[in-house]
Amino acid sequence: MAEIAYKKASCAYAGADKLAVDSLDLDIMDGEFVVLVGPSGSGKSTALRMLAGLEEIDGGSIEIGGKNVVGVPSKDRDIAMVFQNYALYPNKTVGENMGFALKMRGVPTEERTRRVAEAAKILDLTDFLDRKPGKLSGGQRQRVAMGRAIVREPRVFCMDEPLSNLDAKLRVQTRTQIAALQRRLGTTTVYVTHDQVEAMTMGDRVAVLRDGKLQQFSTPTDLYDHPVNAFVAGFIGSPAMNLMTVPVVADGVRLGGSVLPLERDELAALASAGVDTVTIGLRPEQIGIETEPGSDGFAARVDLIEELGSESYLYAHLDDADVKGLDGDAASLVARSATRAPARIGDSIGLTRLDGPIHLFHPETGDRIEA
Amino acid sequence: MSTTTTTRPETVDETVRPRRRTQGIGWSALAWIVGIGFFFPVLWMVITGFKQEADAYTDPPTVFFTPTLDQFREVLDSGIGTTLLNSVFATTVSTLLVLLLGIPAAFALSLRPVRKTKDVLFFFISTKMLPVVAAIVPLYVIVGDIGLLDNIWALVILYTAMNLPIAVWMMRSFFLEVPSELLEAASMDGASLWTSVREVILPLVSPGIAATALICVIFSWNEFFFAVNLTAVQAQTIPVFLVGFITGQGLYWAQLSAAATLSALPVVLAGWVAQNKLVRGLSFGAIK
Repeated sequence: MAEIAYKKASCAYAGADKLAVDSLDLDIMDGEFVVLVGPSGSGKSTALRMLAGLEEIDGGSIEIGGKNVVGVPSKDRDIAMVFQNYALYPNKTVGENMGFALKMRGVPTEERTRRVAEAAKILDLTDFLDRKPGKLSGGQRQRVAMGRAIVREPRVFCMDEPLSNLDAKLRVQTRTQIAALQRRLGTTTVYVTHDQVEAMTMGDRVAVLRDGKLQQFSTPTDLYDHPVNAFVAGFIGSPAMNLMTVPVVADGVRLGGSVLPLERDELAALASAGVDTVTIGLRPEQIGIETEPGSDGFAARVDLIEELGSESYLYAHLDDADVKGLDGDAASLVARSATRAPARIGDSIGLTRLDGPIHLFHPETGDRIEA
Repeated sequence: MSTTTTTRPETVDETVRPRRRTQGIGWSALAWIVGIGFFFPVLWMVITGFKQEADAYTDPPTVFFTPTLDQFREVLDSGIGTTLLNSVFATTVSTLLVLLLGIPAAFALSLRPVRKTKDVLFFFISTKMLPVVAAIVPLYVIVGDIGLLDNIWALVILYTAMNLPIAVWMMRSFFLEVPSELLEAASMDGASLWTSVREVILPLVSPGIAATALICVIFSWNEFFFAVNLTAVQAQTIPVFLVGFITGQGLYWAQLSAAATLSALPVVLAGWVAQNKLVRGLSFGAIK
């Protein structure tokens, strides 16, 4: 069995005043595909490397299959790793690369060849077994790196941003292949990425990290619908959620000169939180666009249009300059339209709130205020 | 919908092509002249080795002559055998020792750096800052006390010490080219440190090691100062032997040329054999 448990695991880089990974607590079930996601410097790669044994565990512990692996060298942890730059052995052929781990374990040549051939067939590498990595394309090299991991039949797969060196189209293709492969093999997988789309589409559960600390560990839909703080809210979802810090008034929040009304339970939550300003979050698909002149909604002017074919996004700034975004500049909102763009750059439009809950976050701590 | 056809205009630019060719000719000629200029003394030396003594010492120099192997025969008869063996022995053993000691040192200073790495490296290179002339008197006394005067092992030890800093610096730069992820991948695949070095690292840096080894061979082979001061008859090496041809009775240029050609031959052969690896090794650090 290969459940993984991070128990208050911490890692500090020598000379740094901050912990790279700060008391991480994660419980990963056997056979689960868990994605560690976060911006650069969030500690996700470090957390993965701690599991693989490539970084020291300075505090807490990590358990694999119930056994503490602190102090156990990488080669004894039965973990296979796929590196961001693949780390293929340049002087060995593809077949030798994939069979290296088995050779180290003393597996007889015949069985080694058989297992390599099997993995090569799954990954469509049979024609390349005698080539050296230098003569392969990026996508092929990525498959060899995966093949090297699969052949070992390990307890855990660790993948450190394996798709970041591929072009966009290949990335989407390989993403589905990796997900399907993991489902077929049923091996516990920990996958690191900075791309939240990868995280949302591939993971059974996703852990969002920031500055070494775990923000939220949940299923993709739960992260999307119930982000636990403003950071997770703004990180998950593309384009990002619209976040603004606004003052609370009697029956809603004030957006410049007008009031955005809130539901009764939302107002009650704000009252019990005892705040007079609040950070509100609205996803682009929760904002309606009115193009008729004289219609309701907050007046805004279109700055940019992104036409995706099946839908479009309008970037607009509110005419009322009193409304500020999270960074203090004039609030700019993204609204989604399920059709071709209904307006052009420079047009005046009205933005309305569509049905559905508004996300409310504490203006200082960023924590979610539950309605 | 009408199809648009694009026709590529034919450039008939007569003036461009001839100009480029003459420009190329100019640079080629210059390159040839410079190359021949650098190589000419060596070429002249080799040619002179095939001349009779009378032809060798003429003014203006003789270009056309009847070649003869007399000079080479004389050199070989004058006891070059033991000297050659001494040189080969000192060079090979010292180079092997340098590689044996230098590779682990370079590995430690690159892929497994310690806190004092920069100081250690500086210490290594600082040993080359002392002019050998300043150290020769104490060295002579020490070698004499140990009883290694006129013993080839004295040279072996000194050549090893002489080449080790350069070798460590050179090989360190080659080791630094190896991505550290390769070592990590090997360790995850279950390889011990020694196995990863042997299976993964060494094949990658072998051009660099070949280049370093050849540099050590050249330095050891040509080393004169220690050899002339610390050896006499039994442990004499080639450079000392060569100097013996510059006698007080007059210059035997043809014979000297023949002797010099023979002396350079082994190192040239070593370079020839290793040339592929050498080119890769010497440019290894340049290409990122």
